[in-house]
Amino acid sequence: MSNVSKSPWVIHYDGSSCNGCDIEVLAALSPLYDAERFGVVNTGNPKHADILLVTGAVNAQNTEVLREIYDQMIEPKVVVACGICACSGGIFRDCYNVIGGVDQAIPVDVYAPGCAIRPETIIDAVVEGIGVLEEKRAKLAEARKGA
Amino acid sequence: MGKATVIPFGPQHPVLPEPLHLDLVVEDEHVIEAIPQIGFVHRGLEKLVETRDIHQFIYVAERICGICSFGHSLGYAETVESLMGVEVPRRAQYLRAILHELSRVHSHLLWLGLAADAFGFESLFMHCWRLRERVLDIFEATTGGRVILSYVQIGGVVRDIDADTLRWICDKLDSIEGEYKEICATFLKDSSVRSRLDGVGYLSQQQASELCMVGPFARASNVPYDCRVLGHGAYGELSDFTPITSTGGDCLARVEVRCAEVNQSIAIVKELAAKIPNDGIGEKSKLKPAAGAQACNVLEQPRGECYYYALGNGTANLERMRMRTPTTQNLAGMVKALEGCDLADVPNIILTIDPCISCSER
Repeated sequence: MSNVSKSPWVIHYDGSSCNGCDIEVLAALSPLYDAERFGVVNTGNPKHADILLVTGAVNAQNTEVLREIYDQMIEPKVVVACGICACSGGIFRDCYNVIGGVDQAIPVDVYAPGCAIRPETIIDAVVEGIGVLEEKRAKLAEARKGA
Repeated sequence: MGKATVIPFGPQHPVLPEPLHLDLVVEDEHVIEAIPQIGFVHRGLEKLVETRDIHQFIYVAERICGICSFGHSLGYAETVESLMGVEVPRRAQYLRAILHELSRVHSHLLWLGLAADAFGFESLFMHCWRLRERVLDIFEATTGGRVILSYVQIGGVVRDIDADTLRWICDKLDSIEGEYKEICATFLKDSSVRSRLDGVGYLSQQQASELCMVGPFARASNVPYDCRVLGHGAYGELSDFTPITSTGGDCLARVEVRCAEVNQSIAIVKELAAKIPNDGIGEKSKLKPAAGAQACNVLEQPRGECYYYALGNGTANLERMRMRTPTTQNLAGMVKALEGCDLADVPNIILTIDPCISCSER
């Protein structure tokens, strides 16, 4: 973790998850797993967040909400699909009201599987996301220099 | 008096991990009306019974909600069992009841934490969730999962829990007791907590019955209704069971009821573990539901009464499966409790019904 220059703040959105992954996202921040010690703070404001954690699949009703949150986030930003429903629709992919994984609505950078996802996997995915975030930040800085 | 303004609440809001949208009509700082809008989590999983057979559907039923996951798999299995007339060994019934009560402990601790977070007491939230992890340890050691357990099958349970492990479970629950007492004392005696909860979101007994509220939300308004008194399965063999109620009707009473229910559930687990019979855990039923056969069932989930209905069509699939979940019942009560409250108390009151949106929308 020594190469991380900033504390990654996360925002969580529940697509159409069953709650299993949602409570594991919160459990990852609570004392046993304590992702907060790495500076991972859960925020409710999209403009404060670096990483968007999405649980559950997308449907017609929440696609716009999810896009709205994603668009409000400031570059560089990373999207982590938490749990198998967010990756591909999972057990609910055949349901009439499920479109599919989160990548049907917004670009996804890290896919974290599991049903329900384990807190260890979430921390792992956030660390992976930090790497992507650093890359994007470097690219942005390069582009600014070029301009 | 100011002009009425509409403030949108959700679907993405820090107080709830789940999407629920409310239009709050406020005058100055007082809410005069709350108009809920749901449908963000609807998946349409009841229709999956047409393509998943009765044994596969148990995994779908479990994923109606990740917090009351065990309850839904149990409620579904019991309904299908009564549809086909399957006898479940008593040991399996005891194990089911033990796991169901443990999930109530985990669900109530989770809720207590979220409630603390809603009134801005973050360290109390952390302590509740720290204790909850011990219950999850029990789940992981006995079933392999933390929140989705896949423990029930039609006809019994998947694996046995031996006497040593049952003793270990009781010891583990004993180890929670001391710390849990301290947490309860903070919730019920701390003056700053009380000032946020006392008298907030009051509903009378008459309102609670008229609005058909269920679960701890109704019991806090002194409606003594708890499906466990019906004595399904192992609950019929408890030496004593009285629903926990409170006459307060406000947010404090709802906290009080849930605090006491955790202790009640721990006592039930210990009692059942002490007198568990040894007649096997049952095996996967090979029967098929008959065409036109119907069954229904009620189960006391952590959030209240949940009703299940199943209709067979003579194949391995069901014709129809229907659940009526406690949050659906309680939304009307929540909207009523929000009327007239201060804007700052809105998160508090929403949380006191212990809303489970994925249950109610499925």
